[in-house]
Amino acid sequence: MKLSTLTLAASLVGGAALAGPVAPTDVKFDDYGSVTQSLTGQPGDPENGAKVMKTKSLGNCISCHQVSALSDAPFHGEVGPILDGVADRWAEADLRGIVSNAKKTFPGTVMPAYYKTEGYIRPGKAFTGKAGEEPLDPLLSAQQIEDVVAFLMTLKEE
Amino acid sequence: MKISAMTAIAAVLFSVPGLVSADADDDQLVINGEIEMTTKTEPPAHLDGALPEIISGWHFRADETQALQMDDFDNSGMIFVDEGRAQWNEVAGSEGKSCASCHEDPSSMEGVRATYPKWDEDAGEVQTVAMQINDCRENNMGAEPYGYTSTEMANMEALIALQSRGMPVDVAIDGPVRETWEEGKEIYYTRFGQLELSCANCHEQNYGNRIRSDHLSQGQINGFPVYRMKNAKLNTVHARFKGCVRDTRAETFKPGSDEFVALELYVASRGNGLSVEGPSVRN
Repeated sequence: MKLSTLTLAASLVGGAALAGPVAPTDVKFDDYGSVTQSLTGQPGDPENGAKVMKTKSLGNCISCHQVSALSDAPFHGEVGPILDGVADRWAEADLRGIVSNAKKTFPGTVMPAYYKTEGYIRPGKAFTGKAGEEPLDPLLSAQQIEDVVAFLMTLKEE
Repeated sequence: MKISAMTAIAAVLFSVPGLVSADADDDQLVINGEIEMTTKTEPPAHLDGALPEIISGWHFRADETQALQMDDFDNSGMIFVDEGRAQWNEVAGSEGKSCASCHEDPSSMEGVRATYPKWDEDAGEVQTVAMQINDCRENNMGAEPYGYTSTEMANMEALIALQSRGMPVDVAIDGPVRETWEEGKEIYYTRFGQLELSCANCHEQNYGNRIRSDHLSQGQINGFPVYRMKNAKLNTVHARFKGCVRDTRAETFKPGSDEFVALELYVASRGNGLSVEGPSVRN
């Protein structure tokens, strides 16, 4: 199954030298926390990105951020900045870096890292309260990150 | 603000907490029309500017929820106080004693809730009210200890808290408790779990903001034990701590652990000056 997915991914990009998604520990953040290279080499799907942002068991981004384009989902939070027009303020590489690990861009930010698997204090096994073993699964997959970034890139006001 | 219990319950059932005004409100908490509670006040000096004002969680709840704590006939927590009173008078254990055998009326517990957790010279450690209750049961009554977050423990804590209702929280942070207090502070600011969240991230940096539909408070514990409509029971401090740490996708600490005792001491001290509210009502 795993092999066929990889094969499929490879064939989709025309057999380029792509060996599956970039592993969480291999993501290259620049000095400002941006990530230029796509995590999957596949274009993101903004529609799925919207779903990831609204779904509690996935990104649950609206828990902290207000997003007018996602107003069909209730209860947007106020902990993080409003994301309307976010694509006017940030480039794709910046957003990829912030979603993957916002602490590289904003040291000390409250925002969790969505593509990080180790280096935690008392890591748990999801929401069970029991001990988890690193490396944990990242909160989102590489493609889900790309999908969220693709959706965020549609949030333009200018 | 004062509304009948039926109206209040109906409103709770049908209201949708949307994006309404987020800050702590300016309502006044007076219980049974006579006990004036301090729910906002100057922060204790040790907070060193971390909070401009300390605020009871009561201010972050909707009017309908607030109303339930303003009259003891509407406060479901009082049902459990009655159960605690029955336990108080119940003989248990090998020594043939009840709490009342030594302590007489529960009113002898006046002031206790306000100063706990505190140093216990004999035990040589910081003790919580729950630890003290179990110490009495095991060593003076020869009875089985209550589970740390059990219904019986919550009932007894509610009965004891009630005797101090309206008194200012006044937990000591110096002398022999200092080391434990420092440990509690360290835990308060540590970012646990896969979500890397500390107590402070939500309850110091973001109180007044909404996280999804929940209105973040300062996480003050002056109202414990708390009757929550969410689970329709009394909730103890350590059970709440456990739930919070679990929600950071972390391995929690155990109720009654050294870590949570230290955290309770530290968090209690952040509320020095607020009135003891237990049993309070929250959603």
